[in-house]
Amino acid sequence: MVRVDGGEAARGLIRVRGIDKTYRRGGEEIHVLQGLNLDVEAGEFVAFMGPSGSGKTTLLNLLGGLDVPSRGSIAVAEDEITRMSSSRLTRWRARHVGFVFQMYNLIPVLTAFQNVELPLLLTRLSKAERRAHVEAALAIVGLGDRMGHYPRQLSGGQEQRVAIARALVADPTFLLCDEPTGDLDRRSADEILGLLTRLCREHGKTILMVTHDPMAARSAQVVLHLEKGVLTEGVAGGRAL
Amino acid sequence: MRFLPLIVANLLRKKVRTALTVGSFGVALFLFGVLAVVRGAFRQGIDVAGADRLVVINKVSIIQPLPYAYREQILHLPGVTDLTFDSWFGGVYQDERNFMPQFAIDAEAQRRVFPELQVPEDQWKAFVADRQGAVAGEETARRFGWKVGDRIPIRGTIFPGTWEFNLRGIYRGARPDDDRTQFWFHYEYLDEKRQWGKGMVGWYTVRIGSPDLAAQVARAIDDRFANSPYETKTETEKAFATSFVKQVGNIELLILAVGGVVFFTLLLVTGNTMAIAVRERVGEMAILKALGFGDRFLLWLVLGESLLIALCGAVLGLGGCKLFTLGGDPTHGMLPFFYLPPSAMAAGLGVAIAVGGLAGILPAASAMRLRVADAIRRV
Repeated sequence: MVRVDGGEAARGLIRVRGIDKTYRRGGEEIHVLQGLNLDVEAGEFVAFMGPSGSGKTTLLNLLGGLDVPSRGSIAVAEDEITRMSSSRLTRWRARHVGFVFQMYNLIPVLTAFQNVELPLLLTRLSKAERRAHVEAALAIVGLGDRMGHYPRQLSGGQEQRVAIARALVADPTFLLCDEPTGDLDRRSADEILGLLTRLCREHGKTILMVTHDPMAARSAQVVLHLEKGVLTEGVAGGRAL
Repeated sequence: MRFLPLIVANLLRKKVRTALTVGSFGVALFLFGVLAVVRGAFRQGIDVAGADRLVVINKVSIIQPLPYAYREQILHLPGVTDLTFDSWFGGVYQDERNFMPQFAIDAEAQRRVFPELQVPEDQWKAFVADRQGAVAGEETARRFGWKVGDRIPIRGTIFPGTWEFNLRGIYRGARPDDDRTQFWFHYEYLDEKRQWGKGMVGWYTVRIGSPDLAAQVARAIDDRFANSPYETKTETEKAFATSFVKQVGNIELLILAVGGVVFFTLLLVTGNTMAIAVRERVGEMAILKALGFGDRFLLWLVLGESLLIALCGAVLGLGGCKLFTLGGDPTHGMLPFFYLPPSAMAAGLGVAIAVGGLAGILPAASAMRLRVADAIRRV
């Protein structure tokens, strides 16, 4: 169960303890996150909401090992990622994190198949094994018949589904989704949210999602609010923390 | 190899830009190849010079002759194993543009001293037996469409009159860069028919027992004729060929300067192209980093693209140049040979790879240093 109090008893998959993130801009220090605690258990679908500049994306970047906190620690399973070197963190990311971004961020010159295959190029899998994994991932997101299509030949919703397949294909420990429906129409957004929900329920994936959209947040099991760098409250899809 | 499709796909995203950059490499490498051919042609005498051969010329100048009588005296000096001589004829075949080096030779010793210039035995016998006989290099024979048995009139410029020759043989070079453009005929025929300069030869080529004896024998020859009306200057064939090339000018420096400017420009052009390519793809590179591709991977991805451009350009340029040289000598025999050797192709490939690597290194380093969180924020 998600907790934001940092209690000693909590032993989630993801454990965040007292993290601060401070940026220095023009001689001025900006405190984006302050003493943030968080515990997320495996298989949970957590949404982070909050106004612009509240630190949602910064938190996601820290959880994904794309950035390092100014203070505090983040542990995922047995790995204390805040103590890792840059190169080790890169390898850890490849193994444990699947990213889904608002703008899909597919490589435009690669087909859907090749985009999804990218994370597998870092593994020791053979070509045939990679193909099997990619086909399975694309089948999960319902794009098994679009493997040879380039991003420009797909709709926004389809592109995001390819991005989700790319995030899934290496079977990461958890998915980090940054406004995954922010650039989609309602119908496509609902499809993506349905897909994420299914991944959580049927495949047991742990998902952490940043969103502005209350409708999107409702798909999550738990909704946390981030304001001025502090996790202030939590409301679940129908249940309070 | 598993990343090659990614490199190729990146290069193909801006086809025109890639084609132009590859084309720049291609043109530069073609030029490099042509310069290498010209340099090789000028250096031909140097590169194929025998280490055991000395050239004896008149101390005043190569155009001043030496007495035929020196032959026996040189031959009897210690360390000398054989000797031949040549005289420059300088005639014109049909038109003054049809330049070819013509030499009156010592038929007896020619093949012993220059074994790399090979004439079939029957043709050589026919040549020796015919006082008006001549032997042409295969390149010259091909150029003028000559075949054995043809009668060849040459108008003398140094020695006036029309000189008739019977082509009795065609020689070929044992090595690719041997001079195949010469035209040989009997010294006896020249000496008998000319009005002046009788009993004189142009220069001697001396074979010595060992290259280690070169300095000693050269000194002995020059000492032997010191204070005579025809003092000599003896040097190794390589030194002689080098000084001969220097008379034309510092071809080597000229070629290096032209090549250097071309490749430096290419470095700037390719570096700029790669910098733009990286700048355009900052977001994609950040995504690759987020997916777990490391700093070094990004470095090699950009370097790989730069090197692949260089490699394609090199294959295009050097391949084109090779085909060009195979098409024949466009200077119509002004150069002793027109040949792009594998060593020059390898050097061209090396230069292309170096330029490709240098051009890609700064953009690659910037891709490597990219801070993923900052870059993703900008996407």
